[in-house]
Amino acid sequence: MSIETIDLKTRLITDFHARESVMNGEASSEFHQKKRAALAQFDRLGFPTIRNEEWKYTSVKDLISASYNFNADTTVGLSDLEDLRIPEQDANIIYFVNGHYAAGLSKMVSPETEITISSLPEAYKKNPSLVNSYFNELAKEEVDAFTALNTAFAQDGIFIHVPDNQTVTHPIVLRFVSDAREQNVGSQPRNIIAVGRNAHVKIAEAFRTLGSARSFTNVVTEIYVGVEAGVEYYKVQNESENAYHIGTTQVRMLDRSQFYAGTVTLNGRFTRNNLNIILDGERCEAHMYGLYFPDGTQHVDNHTVADHRKPNSESNELYKGILRDRSKGVFNGKIFVRPDAQKTNAFQSCKNIVLSPEATMNTKPQLEIFADDVKCSHGTTTGQIDEEALFYMRSRGISRPEAMALLMYAFCADVVSQIKIDSIREYLEGVIAQKLTSK
Amino acid sequence: MLYINDLHASIEGKEILKGINLEVKAGEVHAIMGPNGSGKSTLASVLAGREEYEVTAGNVTFDGKNILEMAPEDRAAEGIFLAFQYPVEIPGVTTINFLKTAVNEIRKYRGQSPLDAAQFLKMVREKAKLVSMNDSLLKRALNEGFSGGEKKRNEIFQMAVLEPKLAILDETDSGLDIDALRIVAEGVNSLRSSERATIVVTHYQRLLDYIIPDFVHVLYKGRIVKSGPKELAFELEEKGYDWIKAEVEAVS
Repeated sequence: MSIETIDLKTRLITDFHARESVMNGEASSEFHQKKRAALAQFDRLGFPTIRNEEWKYTSVKDLISASYNFNADTTVGLSDLEDLRIPEQDANIIYFVNGHYAAGLSKMVSPETEITISSLPEAYKKNPSLVNSYFNELAKEEVDAFTALNTAFAQDGIFIHVPDNQTVTHPIVLRFVSDAREQNVGSQPRNIIAVGRNAHVKIAEAFRTLGSARSFTNVVTEIYVGVEAGVEYYKVQNESENAYHIGTTQVRMLDRSQFYAGTVTLNGRFTRNNLNIILDGERCEAHMYGLYFPDGTQHVDNHTVADHRKPNSESNELYKGILRDRSKGVFNGKIFVRPDAQKTNAFQSCKNIVLSPEATMNTKPQLEIFADDVKCSHGTTTGQIDEEALFYMRSRGISRPEAMALLMYAFCADVVSQIKIDSIREYLEGVIAQKLTSK
Repeated sequence: MLYINDLHASIEGKEILKGINLEVKAGEVHAIMGPNGSGKSTLASVLAGREEYEVTAGNVTFDGKNILEMAPEDRAAEGIFLAFQYPVEIPGVTTINFLKTAVNEIRKYRGQSPLDAAQFLKMVREKAKLVSMNDSLLKRALNEGFSGGEKKRNEIFQMAVLEPKLAILDETDSGLDIDALRIVAEGVNSLRSSERATIVVTHYQRLLDYIIPDFVHVLYKGRIVKSGPKELAFELEEKGYDWIKAEVEAVS
C-alpha cells in the first residue's frame, strides 16, 4: 500500500471524527451509530486491492492516489447545466450538485398524494424513525469498503417513499452533477427508495460532470420493492474523462414484485457499478440490462448479484459492451439460488464486441445453486464485429464506418429498447448513435 | 460495360482464378457455369470486392473505371450488385432500414439528395410487389429467421430497389423450389434492359430455363475454357462436365 492510499483513508477517518466532535446530542442517535459502525468497518477493510477477489480486475489505486474536496462549495445555475440536460418531458427532476440537493434547480410535478420525495436530511428531520427503518438496512450486509465509506459519510441524497397502491405517473429523474471546474471534488450521495405494496414508479439516476478536474462519486442507493410493487430503475453515466465512479445499488424484492434495472455507461474515466438484488419473495421478477462503451483508457466494471431466496421467482440479465482503444471492461454476474428457492428461473448473458486488439474484457459468470429444481443458464461472448455482415452491407453501398455503426447500434438495440422512460431512451439513442459514428 | 482482362486471384496463397478474360456489354446476360470448385463464386466475390481475395494480376474495368482499387461500397455505388449465395443474417437491423441507408448512401455517392421517407416507402412497396415480398418481412431484422427461399427473394428485392447496372447472381438458384425459382427469375427478367447487364453464376442449367442467357461460359480450374450460345447450357445439362474436363486435359 502506497503512502498516498494511507493518506486518503486517514484523511477520511480524521474528517469523520472532526465532524462528529461538533454534532452535540445527535451523535448518540441511532442514525449516527450506524454511521460510526460503518466507519469502523471501513477502517478495518481499507480500500480494496486487486488481491480482493471482488476487485481482481479493477484497481482503485489511481482513484485513491488523488485528494478530493468532499465539501466543495459551488454555484451551479441552470445555465451551467444547459449542455448536460436530457431533453425534458413531464418528469420530476431533482438535482444534486457535488452530492448536495439543489432545491433551486429541481422541479417536482407529481402530487404529494402519489409520492414523498425529499432530500435525506429533510426526510430525517421530519420523520427520523421512518428514515431509520430504511437507512442502511440493505446495504449493511455488504462487506464493501466503499459502501461502508458512503454510509459513514451519508449526509445527503434522495429519500423517496411511494405509499401502498400508488402509481406514480411521472418518472423521477435524479441528476447528480459533479462540479469539477475548479478543483478535484468528491461526493457520496445516499439514496433511499421505498416502494409500498402494489405501488409503481420509474426512477432514473443520471451522472454528469462539469469541468475537467477529477471527480469521485461514491453513491449508494437502497431500493425496497414492496409486495406486488413494480419499480423501473435506470442509471445513466455520461461523465468526464476524469470522472471516477463507484456505485452500489442494493435492492430487496418482496412477493410478486417486479424490478427492472437498466445501467448504461456512456463515458467516464473509471466506473464500478454493483447491482445487488435480493429476490426475497415468491413469484418475483428481476430484470437487469446493461450497456457500456469504454474507449481510450477507460475502465468499466459491472458486478451484479441475483440472490434467489424464495421459490418460483425469475431473474433475467443481459449486459452488452463495445470496447475500443485500450479500454477495459469487467463483468461479474453472480446468481445465488438458496436451498428454499426451488423452481427458480435464472438467466444471464453478457455479450461484448472488442474493436481493438489492445482492449480487454473480463467476464465471469458465477452461479451458486443450492436448490435442485431450478432452471439456470448463463453465457458470455466476446468477439469482433462480424466481417461477413460488414461485407454484405458494404456490397449494398453502405460505407464501412456507416455499416459498423449500424451493426453496433443493432447490437445495443435490445438493451436500449428496454428503457421505458421515453425521454431517457431517446436521449440514449441519440448519444449512442453519435458515439458510434464519431469514431 | 465490364472488361475482365487476365484476372488472377488467390486466397490464403492459393491461386483460384488463373487468367479470366470476359467482356460483358450492356443489355447482355452471361451465364457462368462450371463444376464445383472451379472458381465461379470466387469470380463473383472478386468483382464485388470481397477483401479476403487477393488479386495478383490482371485488371477489371467497369464503365471505363478500374474497380479493383475500389472499396466494395464504391463498386455498389458505381452500379455493381452481388446477390449472395449465402445472404447474411443481421439481427437488429430491419430490412427496410438497411435498404434506406443503402439507397441514401449510394445517392450521396452520386451527388443526389436523400429520398424522404414517403418517397422511399412508395418505391420499396412497388419493388416488393415485383418479387412477391411480404411487407412483414421488410420490418423484420435482415434475413434473420428467413427461409432459404425468403433470403434469395430478399436478394432480388434488394437488387430491384438498388437498380444496378450490373447484377451478379451467385448461385441464386441453390436451395430454391420451383415456385421460388420462378419468382426470382421473374424479378431478374423484369429488370432486364438495354442499359443493364447480368451475370448468372450457376451450377445447374435449370435457372437458365427462366433467365435466358445470351452467352454461356464454362469455368474450370480458374479459367474460362469454353464459351458459347445458350445451347451450351443444355449440352452441359445433358452430358455433365466430364467432356469439358477431358477436352481441357487433352489440350494441356
